[in-house]
Amino acid sequence: MVRVDGRGDGNSLITARNLDKTFHRGSEDIRVLQGLNLDVDEGDFVAFMGPSGSGKTTLLNLLGGLDVPTHGSIRVAGDEITNMSASKLTSWRARHVGFVFQMFNLIPVLTAFQNVELPLLLTRLSKSERRQHVEAALALVGLADRMRHYPRQLSGGQEQRVAIARAIVSDPTFLLCDEPTGDLDRRSADEVLDLVERLVKDHKKTVLLVTHDPRAAERAGYLLHLEKGVLAEAQVAGAPA
Amino acid sequence: MKYFRLLRVSLTRRKYRTMLTIGSFAVAMFLFGLLAIVQLAFNQGAEIAGADRLIVMNKVSFIQPLPLSYAERIKAVPGVKSVTHATWFGGIYQDERNFFAQFAVEKDTWRDMYPEFQVPDDQWKAFAEDRQGAIAGEGLAERFGWKVGDRIPIKGAIFPGTWQFNLTGIYKGSRQADDTFQFWFHYDYLNESLGPSSNWKNVAGWYIVRVEDPNHAIDAIAQIDSMFSNTSWQTKTATEKTFYADFAKQMGNIQRLILSIGGVVFFTLLLITGNTMAIAVRERTAELAILKAIGYSDAFVLFYILAESMTIALVGGIAGIVLAKLFTLGGDPTNGMLPIFYLPTGRMIVGIAAALVVGALAGLLPAVSASRLRVVEALRKI
Repeated sequence: MVRVDGRGDGNSLITARNLDKTFHRGSEDIRVLQGLNLDVDEGDFVAFMGPSGSGKTTLLNLLGGLDVPTHGSIRVAGDEITNMSASKLTSWRARHVGFVFQMFNLIPVLTAFQNVELPLLLTRLSKSERRQHVEAALALVGLADRMRHYPRQLSGGQEQRVAIARAIVSDPTFLLCDEPTGDLDRRSADEVLDLVERLVKDHKKTVLLVTHDPRAAERAGYLLHLEKGVLAEAQVAGAPA
Repeated sequence: MKYFRLLRVSLTRRKYRTMLTIGSFAVAMFLFGLLAIVQLAFNQGAEIAGADRLIVMNKVSFIQPLPLSYAERIKAVPGVKSVTHATWFGGIYQDERNFFAQFAVEKDTWRDMYPEFQVPDDQWKAFAEDRQGAIAGEGLAERFGWKVGDRIPIKGAIFPGTWQFNLTGIYKGSRQADDTFQFWFHYDYLNESLGPSSNWKNVAGWYIVRVEDPNHAIDAIAQIDSMFSNTSWQTKTATEKTFYADFAKQMGNIQRLILSIGGVVFFTLLLITGNTMAIAVRERTAELAILKAIGYSDAFVLFYILAESMTIALVGGIAGIVLAKLFTLGGDPTNGMLPIFYLPTGRMIVGIAAALVVGALAGLLPAVSASRLRVVEALRKI
C-alpha cells in the first residue's frame, strides 16, 4: 500500500515525512521538494512521473541516502537515515539499496561478472560465495552466458541488465531505478521492464522507479505524479504487484 | 587482496600513460641513484672512518708537511696507541688523466693502522724487503691491468723525476666502501732520494694516530695540538671522520648541489604524477561516484587513488634504482675520480621510500578530491 497523505501508521518499509529539499544557486533558493509525505510497503512497485525539474530524481536520491533533505525525516526498515553520519549512510546504502541508473554506469574495464561482484567485495563473503551470488544474479537477469564480457561487448539492454544484477546481488531492501529505460530502444526497454516486474512479482522486491515513459509506469503497482515538489494522490497503475 | 583487481584495472586501462608515468619515476630514481653514488663517493671517507683514528696535519694547510720528529712526540701523548704517517706523492702514471692517489707510507706501522686494507703476508713481506716496492689496491690494479711483479714508472709532479716502483702486492678492502684505488710505496724510498736542501726532506704529509679509547679522543686531540702550539709547525688534529668531512667540503658543497638537483627532480616528478593522477580521477568521476553510491566509503576511495599513485611510484622507483645499481656494476666510469662507485642497499631503500613519498604526495590532492566527490553532483554531470 502506498500513501502520500502522511497518515500511514509508520510501519511501512519506507516512511518519508514533511520532506523538503532546497537547493541554493547563487542568491536564489530553489525549493525542489515541498513537505512531501510517502509511505511504501514491502513488495510495492511504485513509479514516479512528472515533468523535468519536478523533483523525481531528488526524491530518489533522498530515499537512497545519496543526499539529505533540508527538512523532514526518512525512515527505512526502521532506520532513521536523515540523522546518519556520511560514513554510516554509506554502509547503510550498501546493505539496503540497489541502484539502477539511466546510463547503466558499469565500469568499462571490468567484466560483467566483476561489475556485479563489486557490492559483494564490501561483504565478508568468501570468494566462492561471491561467485555463487554473482552467477545467480546474472542468471536471474538472463546473462549467465555473458559473464566474461566487458560492457563494450554488450548491447544497451544487456548492460542495463548487468546493472540490475549489480543492484540485486547483495539482496538489498529495495531498488531505486532512475529512468532505467531512458537510454534504451523499445525492445530492450521492454526486456528491462519485464525483468523489474519479475523481481517484484517473483522475488518480492520493493522497487521505486522514476520514468518519463508512460508504458514503463503502467508496469508499476502504483503511479505517483510529482509536480513542483508535491506528490499527487497515489493511483493504482495496474494490478497490485 | 580482493580489491587488488580494482587497482590493477585502474592502472592498466591507460597503459601508455601509466607506462610513461612509471618511466618518469624510473628516470628520476635512476638520477637519484647516480647522485647518491656521487654523494657517497665524496663522503665515503667520513662514513667509514675509523672511530679510533685521528689525523694530525699542518695547521696552515693540508698540503704543508710536518717534521718527521713529531712521530715520537705524538706517540708519547697519553692515550695514543700507535702512530704512522703518509705523504702525498701526486705523480702521473703515463697520462695526466690516469689520476690516482699515491702515498709514501711508513712500512712498519702502516699496515697495522689500516687493518681494513688486507694484504697477504707474503706480499707485505716482499714489499717490506724491497725499497722500491709498492702496493696497489685491487681496483687500481684491475684498472691498469697490473699484476704482482710489474714495474710501474710514475712521473713525479711534486718530486721531480720518474720514479720506478715494483708492484709487490695488491690489497683488498674488507668492506664494499673501502677505497681500493690507492697506491702505497716506501716513505724511505722517497725521503732518501731527496737532496738535503729539499723542503720535503725528513717531513711527512700528515700523521695518523690510533687512540686507545675513542671516547677520550678529544683529550688526545687537545694535547697533541697544544704540544706543538709554540712551534713553527703547528698542528691541527681531528678525528678521521671530521678530517674526511672537511676534505669533502674543500671540493665545494657537493651535498648542497646534490640536494638541489635531487629536489628539482623530485618536485618535477611530483607535478608530473600529480597531473596524471588528477586526469585519471577526472576521467573516472562517474565510476567513483558509482562506487560510493553502492557503498564504498570516502576513505576507501581516498586510499584507492593513493594506492594507484603509490603503485606507479613503487614500480618506477624500483626500476630506476635497480638500473642505477646495474650501472654501478660496470665500475667507475670516471677512471678513478670516484674510486668508491657503488650504491649501498641502504641508499636503495631510501630511494624507493622517497619515490613512495612522492607518489603519496602526488596522489594526495586527487585522492582527497575523489573522496569528497558528491555522488549526486557527479552523477548529474554524466
